[in-house]
Amino acid sequence: MEKVTAVTRAVEMIPDGARLMIGGFLAVGTPHRLVDELVRQGKKNLTIIANDTARPGLGIGRLIDTKQVRKIIVSHIGTNPETGKQIIAGTLEAELVPQGTLAERIRAGGYGLGGVLTPTGLGTTVAEGKQTIEVNGKLFLLELPLRADFALLGAHRSDYRGNLDYDLTARNFNAVMALAADHVIAEPEEIVPVGCISPDEVITPFVLVDHIIEQQRRVYGR
Amino acid sequence: MDDKVLIAKRVALELKDGDLVNLGIGLPTLVTKYLPAGIDVHFQAENGFIGMSPLPEQGMEDEFLTDAGGNPVGAIPGAVSLDSTLSFGLIRGGHLDVTVLGGLEVDEEGHIANWIVPGKLIPGMGGAMDLVTGAKRVIVAMTHTAKGAPKIVKKCSLPLTSVRRVNLIVTELAVIEPTDAGLVLRELAPGVTAKQVVDATGAKLIIPERVPVMPIKEETLKAVAA
Repeated sequence: MEKVTAVTRAVEMIPDGARLMIGGFLAVGTPHRLVDELVRQGKKNLTIIANDTARPGLGIGRLIDTKQVRKIIVSHIGTNPETGKQIIAGTLEAELVPQGTLAERIRAGGYGLGGVLTPTGLGTTVAEGKQTIEVNGKLFLLELPLRADFALLGAHRSDYRGNLDYDLTARNFNAVMALAADHVIAEPEEIVPVGCISPDEVITPFVLVDHIIEQQRRVYGR
Repeated sequence: MDDKVLIAKRVALELKDGDLVNLGIGLPTLVTKYLPAGIDVHFQAENGFIGMSPLPEQGMEDEFLTDAGGNPVGAIPGAVSLDSTLSFGLIRGGHLDVTVLGGLEVDEEGHIANWIVPGKLIPGMGGAMDLVTGAKRVIVAMTHTAKGAPKIVKKCSLPLTSVRRVNLIVTELAVIEPTDAGLVLRELAPGVTAKQVVDATGAKLIIPERVPVMPIKEETLKAVAA
């Protein structure tokens, strides 16, 4: 199956109102070309599951700037005042989730688990309306799985099958999101021949990746 | 003498050789500068890294190597990249020896509030709730008051970060330990009296007969200030 796709075609598959997981931590590891294309194609009413909304004009912040997002499920918005403004104005719905819980809810969604039991958030506003469960005398909060229609991943290398590795702190949420969406689109910095990434170095196995964004053509001179 | 430097220096004395440590954004990151000689501490950042170091020099930034505040950092040989689940597995699973965080309020029960000021500031909790809940030791590094108002209070008025009791509070005036009996004044900053601490605190303090001065050498402080 040919997985390498133009970024325009990949984003054309995403309908308005889609639920997206987007990798990255303050835009490090975010698939920037996919985000730019979502902006260019003007996709609307998106729900975004991500660690944060970066900053105005940067990464996921670009989609906030253009008001293409209806709801965010994130751990942190402090770096993006525009996100705060839209929440206070009531035009953007936000669910704030502790970062470790967010990672585990995504993992539960991707690993076929019915939820996770965590002590994080017990006795705080995060616990409101949630079930607590006692296991071996300790209390835990039941946190439910998260899944998305599409996961958009920023990778370091992809081979032509879709095996991925990541660059240093750009791995963050990308690796776990690869399991938790119906369609997975990876945007690597570089596409390499099969075999170049050794089996031990593959972080995301090719079976999870549906589409690989083709490399940007380098233009020399004008 | 800079209050923040004093706090960072005192917190640094709490770190032990071999500790895995997570430092919050802001004041806590200063701690890296004042580690006692011969202490080898491993710094973890929740965005997914163990073995961060200060940026070696300008121009050495790597766009894919940042701390949890998004700032470019360096790495020591033997550093490790982690995905978010492993990073928080270390934090929540009892593998993180110490976390040092800033605080908006800490109360008599040792509860900390540091993630939201409803109606004013909604940054979100990021990793703070997992860090306070999961780290083996939680050290709060903060100024004693904010615009003259005590930050150590009878009961937090802001939403809590966790119901876990923090282990130590280090301010520019004192070191305070939350215990079953309440908040115990453990140390005074150089030149500070117990009365000054009590006056700047909005909670009941238990004051032992002898309260030592923070074990920070005055000449070192001067050198740092210069």
